[in-house]
Amino acid sequence: MIGFIAWRLLQAIPLLIGVSLIAFGLMHLAPGGPLAVYTLNPSIQAQDIERVKIIFGLDQPIYVQYLKWASGIFSGNWGYTFFGGRPVLGVILERLPATMLLMGSALSVAIVLGLSIGVLGAVKRYSVFDVLATSGALFALSFPTFWFGLMAIFVFAIQLRWLPSGGMWELGEEGNIISLLQHLVLPTLVLALVITATWSRYSRSAFLEVMQQDYMRTARAKGLPPAARLMRHAFPNAAKPLIALLGVELPFLFSGALVTETIFGWPGMGRLFVDALNMKEYPILMGMMMFTAIFVIIGNLLADLAIAVIDPRVRLR
Amino acid sequence: MSAAASLPENAGAAAAEAPLLSVSDLTLHIPMPPHVLRAVDGVSFDLRRGETLGLVGESGSGKTLTALMLMRLLEPPLAALPKGRVQFGDTDLMALDEARMSALRGRAISMVFQEPMTSLNPVMTVGRQIAEPLVRHLGLSAREAAARAEEMLRLVQIPDPARVARAYPHLLSGGMRQRVMIAIALACRPAVLVADEPTTALDVTVQAQILELLGELQREMGSAILLITHDLAVIAETAHRVAVMYAGRIVEEAPVAALFAAPRHPYTRGLLASIPKIERVPAPTLPEIPGMVPGAADRPRGCAFMPRCARAVSGCAAEAPPLDPIAPGHRVACWNPANG
Repeated sequence: MIGFIAWRLLQAIPLLIGVSLIAFGLMHLAPGGPLAVYTLNPSIQAQDIERVKIIFGLDQPIYVQYLKWASGIFSGNWGYTFFGGRPVLGVILERLPATMLLMGSALSVAIVLGLSIGVLGAVKRYSVFDVLATSGALFALSFPTFWFGLMAIFVFAIQLRWLPSGGMWELGEEGNIISLLQHLVLPTLVLALVITATWSRYSRSAFLEVMQQDYMRTARAKGLPPAARLMRHAFPNAAKPLIALLGVELPFLFSGALVTETIFGWPGMGRLFVDALNMKEYPILMGMMMFTAIFVIIGNLLADLAIAVIDPRVRLR
Repeated sequence: MSAAASLPENAGAAAAEAPLLSVSDLTLHIPMPPHVLRAVDGVSFDLRRGETLGLVGESGSGKTLTALMLMRLLEPPLAALPKGRVQFGDTDLMALDEARMSALRGRAISMVFQEPMTSLNPVMTVGRQIAEPLVRHLGLSAREAAARAEEMLRLVQIPDPARVARAYPHLLSGGMRQRVMIAIALACRPAVLVADEPTTALDVTVQAQILELLGELQREMGSAILLITHDLAVIAETAHRVAVMYAGRIVEEAPVAALFAAPRHPYTRGLLASIPKIERVPAPTLPEIPGMVPGAADRPRGCAFMPRCARAVSGCAAEAPPLDPIAPGHRVACWNPANG
């Protein structure tokens, strides 16, 4: 187990190097270069730009720049923002709790709902419910997240006035848990919608697949009631592909959070990324790319470990 | 382990008492426009306490469907189609609702399947899989059921049962897994065991061991066994009586000795003639039955075997022959049966 984890982390290093090269390269390839925020601003003079270049070390050869930045990633110094000169890692971590809260609640809602819909659809295949669930999932998957977000704001915040349209707290109520929950509902549902749709489809086919297996017939021949067959026999077998899916889906969850956070003004990492993009805050963008890559790698590692716990046939090596 | 179950010595005495399981006119017609597949077409037989009835036939003759129907294990959309009666004690199994039927499955009537490799849940320990019916039907606690599961593993002659009980199925060989399946099926000491080709997926030496084990357990528990197979050698070794199926119907039914000594139906004769015999050297070309089994959709109106039958007479095409007694304990469905 320990060896497996160590091996997987070692395997992750080339991947992280690749991501870092891309992140670094993109910044240099972008119009205006790394200092686009200054070079594209007509009110800043050439000698000022030269001075800034020296301050940020951009006058050095490009490989020196890369090595300095990359080694900083490992030592915890992820660079400093253009605006305010704050440490990048600190800025990202500051946004982490809000994103984790949103992603966590959306994922929980989506898994519970998606799994229930999928299992019901599999058990009552081709029933009215199954057909409705299938077309509902297709509907949810065919519209962009921002449309659902805007619709939700329009209906529930503007027309019905049930829920706030954005932000994380009411002004002056920071720390009030009720206010937080009220603000959490809409972005959670919007982010959960697409994941629920995906999950209902995947869990439906995973359960259909499992329910056709010989051991499910054995369970019936033993006289086990439907609930026991579903929970004890079908579920652990169907859970494997779904956990693997969870690992793979993390990046999509991130991109979904990006849109949702922007629409609802949720002060998380997704909005940080979009803001940084608008402001050409390359140090933050590079840091975010690295952070997301690390997050996804850890997520997949956890998924593999969970599968190994469920399925005795999976050997970790 | 009851005294009444010392078979086959008193098979004659057992034959006198009422059958344990009485299947009558079991039918599965599957509508597939523009045809109707007559997959199983009026199958009737009795199964007595402590007896092994061999149900033999080619692939597609309806053996497995017959077994699944009497276990009520067909899945939708087939689940609603079976007709007929399966009298088990005072109850007609075909008329039971799913909840009551499920209370009997694994307790009074169990089934062992053909594929030991895939019939066990891969992510549950062997011990738990054997314990499940004990908890469900006999109300044992988890701890008691686990102890009984180990006992069952010992009973099916698995070495080191305590260790195997904690193992997962993928660690076991095919023969071991089939022993585990038998342990699951017999855990609650059912009156009837349906064994659907229990040895087909196993190699020959293991086959013999499994059949021997089934026989031993039957003598110990007194269960009646419906043994489904396409292998006449298995029947000869294991069964007390044989029913031969062809195209969804039973064409001949007799005690094993009588059937092998004096088969009356032309199809049974053809089957027996096509078994290679070791003593004849040099081996002659084996006789075969000409033609093919008719598809379930395009069966002739009369006897389904007629197109391939050397003994066919004019009446064969008009009407299917009923399964009538021809000698004591010997029934045959043929308008022109061979002499005994």
